[in-house]
Amino acid sequence: MEIMLAVLAGFLVSAGAYLMMSGKTLPYLFGLTMISNAANIIIFCAGRLTFGAPPLIPEGEKYIEGAANALPQALVLTAIVIGFGLLVFALTLAYRSWFVLGTVEMDDMHESEPGTEVIS
Amino acid sequence: MLLFWPVVIPFFTAVLTLLAWRSPEIQRGLSLMGAFALLASALAIFSHTLNYGPVAAQAGGWDAPFGITMVADALSATMVLLVGVVATAVILFSFSDVTREEEHFGYHPLTHALLAGLGGAFLTGDIFNMYVWFEVMLIASFGLLVIGGQPNQIAGAIKYVGLNLIATVAFIAGVGLLYGTAGTVNMSDLHNVLNGREGDSVVTASAAFLLFAFASKAALFPLFFWLPASYHTPSFSTSAMFSALVTKVGVYALFRVFSLVYDIEGSILEPILLWGAVLTMAFGVFGALSQSSVRRVLGYTIIGSIGMMILGFAVGSRLAVAAGVFYLFQDVLVKAALFLSAGATARLTGSELFARSGGVWRSRPFFAVVLLIPALSLAGVPPLSGFWPKLMLVQATLEQGSWFLAFATLATGFFMLFAVARVWSAVIWSAHPDGDRAITRTLDGPTWAPLVSLTLLVIFIGLNAGNFVDLTLTIADQIIDPTAYLTAVLGEPK
Repeated sequence: MEIMLAVLAGFLVSAGAYLMMSGKTLPYLFGLTMISNAANIIIFCAGRLTFGAPPLIPEGEKYIEGAANALPQALVLTAIVIGFGLLVFALTLAYRSWFVLGTVEMDDMHESEPGTEVIS
Repeated sequence: MLLFWPVVIPFFTAVLTLLAWRSPEIQRGLSLMGAFALLASALAIFSHTLNYGPVAAQAGGWDAPFGITMVADALSATMVLLVGVVATAVILFSFSDVTREEEHFGYHPLTHALLAGLGGAFLTGDIFNMYVWFEVMLIASFGLLVIGGQPNQIAGAIKYVGLNLIATVAFIAGVGLLYGTAGTVNMSDLHNVLNGREGDSVVTASAAFLLFAFASKAALFPLFFWLPASYHTPSFSTSAMFSALVTKVGVYALFRVFSLVYDIEGSILEPILLWGAVLTMAFGVFGALSQSSVRRVLGYTIIGSIGMMILGFAVGSRLAVAAGVFYLFQDVLVKAALFLSAGATARLTGSELFARSGGVWRSRPFFAVVLLIPALSLAGVPPLSGFWPKLMLVQATLEQGSWFLAFATLATGFFMLFAVARVWSAVIWSAHPDGDRAITRTLDGPTWAPLVSLTLLVIFIGLNAGNFVDLTLTIADQIIDPTAYLTAVLGEPK
């Protein structure tokens, strides 16, 4: 199971990086979403993966063997929620930048750095 | 309980200013009161930490390492104090700088949300919690950056948001790996658990992720391109807040995590940090020399200064770390003063482009002198505050026998002086293109008060350098040997 998820995380990162290098705002954000999901999978795996073993400690015991650690799942939840918020902002910004700057090519956005235009 | 105030007060103020949305006057009053309350709580924490050593508070009464811990040692406490000082100065300045429209779109609530994030990031003793505070800070800074909606702001924000989101993902991935191998996210507990596991590949991988994240936030070479693209685009108040405090969080996190959690001495990351710092200094000062508008030059000098701080930390001897910390503290005040004076100058001359400004010396000589002091401090002219950390850094590198690093420090200082002289001659010294009569505007009280107070603080630090050297040497001792910090969080070792 860990191996499958590791391969999946690697696939997400490579696909995400490919999209991000296109230099356009929207594919950049899609790529970023993929990579942040890969990071979430990494945290998820950090707490062990177990089948059918709820992390409930029986009465009188201090800890249990063979159950997944529940804390990383809480951490992933936090990371997902934060990621949603950031993604919504970034999508709005991408839309707004197309609206105001008239381009989706990040290399063509020189408004903040005048004098860096490539003369072709 | 005291340790939660620097987070609670700004959040509370943010909510109150939101409620007072319809009345800019009430919003301003609340905002300034919130800043003063923050400053007061920071002073209380600072004096407590100075007298009694590091203190910790456990959220909800859950003992470390299970709950979230807030810790203040001398480094955190001083950073929080600086947040209070800069917040008060910047919010006062914003009264005549930020437009009504920007206030209407939530300048005050966003600024206080940013301050809450800063306070939390400086005080937390838990690395996942630090991630959360970074996000609070990040989302507030996104809002502040685009609040006017100008094309240059949007273009700058695309770069700022793009790189910072990657850094965020790296941060969370690093924390995930760290938890997977160590089973804890409390930084003091991590210190004990990771003790003796320096060469472990998972530990090194997580350290590399975190180094990438903090280096991007701090604008270290080669991850600094977002800074000069975005920091000059929002209002001057926001620029000042960002350059004084937000990049410094990255530096603080590097200092904290790479001394408390990881032991980088002798690892592969040590030379990366060292040479990254030297290249950051070089790119910062040369970038500054190539620009022709005030805030663009200042933006690059931030990068140069960050390089110096990291260099001190990377060299690693007691004196060098103290030099890095000293540089960090005084640079907060210097950068705030410089960006605010850039705002005041632009209001006088009508532009911040070199070609479209000038004549300040002839028409407003007193203002020019106030502006000169932080500028000379940035360049490292004695006896101002920027001189002492540079002196300490040169001495520390020479003690280690590294002539090259000493030379790099001195050269950076020299080019910094050159960059400042360029700004001075273009904006202050030379005649205004429309003739000196072009300067008719005067500066009001909310502009003068923060400028003069910050300048006086810069002089005060410079003249009382002995006390501040002692303070930073104490902090360097705490960074190198965190026993007192660990005891404050985890109790006496059994």
